[in-house]
Amino acid sequence: MSKNAVEVTGVTRIYTDVHGNPLEALRDINLTVNEGEFVSIIGSSGCGKTTLLRLIAGLDRPQAGTLTLNGEIIEKPSPERGYVFQQHGLFPWLTVEKNIAAGLKARRIYRQHKGDVSEYLNLVGLEGFERSYPHQISGGMAQRAAIARSLINRPAVLLLDEPMGALDSFTRADLQDKLLEIWKANGTTMILVTHDVDEAIYLSDRIVIMTPRPGKISEELIVDFPHPRHRGGVEFLNLRRVILEKLHLASARPQPEYTI
Amino acid sequence: MRISNIKFTFWTVLTLSGFALAEVGSFVLPTLQNQTFVIRDEAYRAILAGLIFIYLATAVFSWFNEERREKYAKRAPFRFFIGLVLLTWDLLGTKFGLLHMPFFPGPSQITWVFVEEWEFLLSNLVYSLRLYAFGFFSGVLLGVGTGILIGWFVKANYWIMPVLKMTGVIPAVAWMPFALNIFPSSFLAGCFLVSMCAWFPIGFQTARGMQATQKAYFEVAQTIGGGRFYQLLHVAIPNALPSIFTGVSTANGLAFTTLVMTEMMGARGGLGYYINWAKAWSSYYKVYAAIIIMAVLFSVILKIIGAIQSRALIWQRGLTSSVEERS
Ligand SMILES: Nc1ncnc2c1ncn2[C@@H]1O[C@H](COP(=O)(O)OP(=O)(O)O)[C@@H](O)[C@H]1O
Ligand SMILES: [Mg+2]
Repeated sequence: MSKNAVEVTGVTRIYTDVHGNPLEALRDINLTVNEGEFVSIIGSSGCGKTTLLRLIAGLDRPQAGTLTLNGEIIEKPSPERGYVFQQHGLFPWLTVEKNIAAGLKARRIYRQHKGDVSEYLNLVGLEGFERSYPHQISGGMAQRAAIARSLINRPAVLLLDEPMGALDSFTRADLQDKLLEIWKANGTTMILVTHDVDEAIYLSDRIVIMTPRPGKISEELIVDFPHPRHRGGVEFLNLRRVILEKLHLASARPQPEYTI
Repeated sequence: MRISNIKFTFWTVLTLSGFALAEVGSFVLPTLQNQTFVIRDEAYRAILAGLIFIYLATAVFSWFNEERREKYAKRAPFRFFIGLVLLTWDLLGTKFGLLHMPFFPGPSQITWVFVEEWEFLLSNLVYSLRLYAFGFFSGVLLGVGTGILIGWFVKANYWIMPVLKMTGVIPAVAWMPFALNIFPSSFLAGCFLVSMCAWFPIGFQTARGMQATQKAYFEVAQTIGGGRFYQLLHVAIPNALPSIFTGVSTANGLAFTTLVMTEMMGARGGLGYYINWAKAWSSYYKVYAAIIIMAVLFSVILKIIGAIQSRALIWQRGLTSSVEERS
């Protein structure tokens, strides 16, 4: 029996827009993510994906509803919930190696876990770039370093906000395989925000489709065929078509009603 | 572009020939001005010989390195020009006495001061150096400390920032009358003034650099388990470092000015004091000697600070375009 890792119940988040009007970024979100599961959240830009992920990370608080991790209410950020930002967010003043070690230093356990740094550096395939600064490495490498920085704290869940959004397709495919490899090796629960349907199908156990204005979950789809998944396979393409249809349907504006 | 051996030899000869001409001029030409005192050429000649030796050694040292060769060749015309300037100056000032005395002495007179009065000069140099060291370092500490308070605590920003802004625009030397009365020694008063003048730009830049930190970096720190103290020490302060060094550079320029002014106005020692003392005796050649020492001293200090800066900001290399890359 799998345990619930992340539990989102009735969460609503209302921002104030530039004109001072309320903006409902999320309305009544309910989502359960099981331990060790790989869940992707997909939806058009502005539908509240980042907002939801930030709430799970504890970087933001909802107006209504609750969020829990292993039964504990999420109130503030914690290394238990690793977060990989859209723009890697590596500290420019630290080398790759020191960026990865930052998680240990922040928690003051660096001395006991020194050896982990090279372990995680190797895990994301950055051997040889220990002493490089973030601006000296490619975007894909920086994202991998950011992932290692989060993973070194052995989080229960890793939250990834479009980590591959800014990468070219080759680097992206590489990083996707790396992510799968890490997921299988560590069994970390993964929640990935993306706007790439193929990426979601390639990686996840489950795909959550969100719709905008107000941000809601419109559909959840199980992806049950085994890894490695072939992007040209029949199952893949079928699922892809289904998701695209749902996304189009989801973003279609309601037809105006005419009265005679 | 490769510099051939022949070309490099030419540049070396050109470099050396300027100083060699000056040396020959000093030895060969007779002194025609009617002298009120004996002019001693030894120090000047020794310095010229020293320059010739140094540039010859540099040429030999650069022979096997393409990059150094290029650098050396590039500077050759200017060094040749300096040699000619020295020769001309020596002729006009020392040999023919055509320059207006005592305000424009020749190079021999000026350089002889280093021999004649080296002990007194050295003691004043040490005085200046100590004043600078104590004053400037305490100013840096004070400035960075104040800046961190302002940059980190909203309350400090509210209460201290306006004070910093108000007092910061006042030239530090304006406090001189008080400083001289309040402090037990003129040395401490000088330290205080140098420290004051460094405090403002450094404090301001430190605070500004911290306040400009992207929110995302603080969020990253939080998600990897960093508390407030971690965020201050490992996010806000490193982010402010380039800005802090901008403040230090500005402060350094102000500190030199303040240093010399305090020495000229109230101190019992220092290069500024020496200048005043020499002026009182109308020994203008000594004023020049002190000015030369100042130029060297301040250049060395700037070089040291520059080296510390590029070491501390090594992570910025390639991130921003530096002057070196542009030229
Ligand atoms: N801090 C904020 N203040 C005001 N509005 C915001 C803020 N953050 C996000 N929003 C708005 O909330 C909506 C959802 O944003 P977001 O979660 O970033 O969407 P996504 O990540 O799916 O593109 C958007 O309309 C956005 O403009
Ligand atoms: Mg987003």
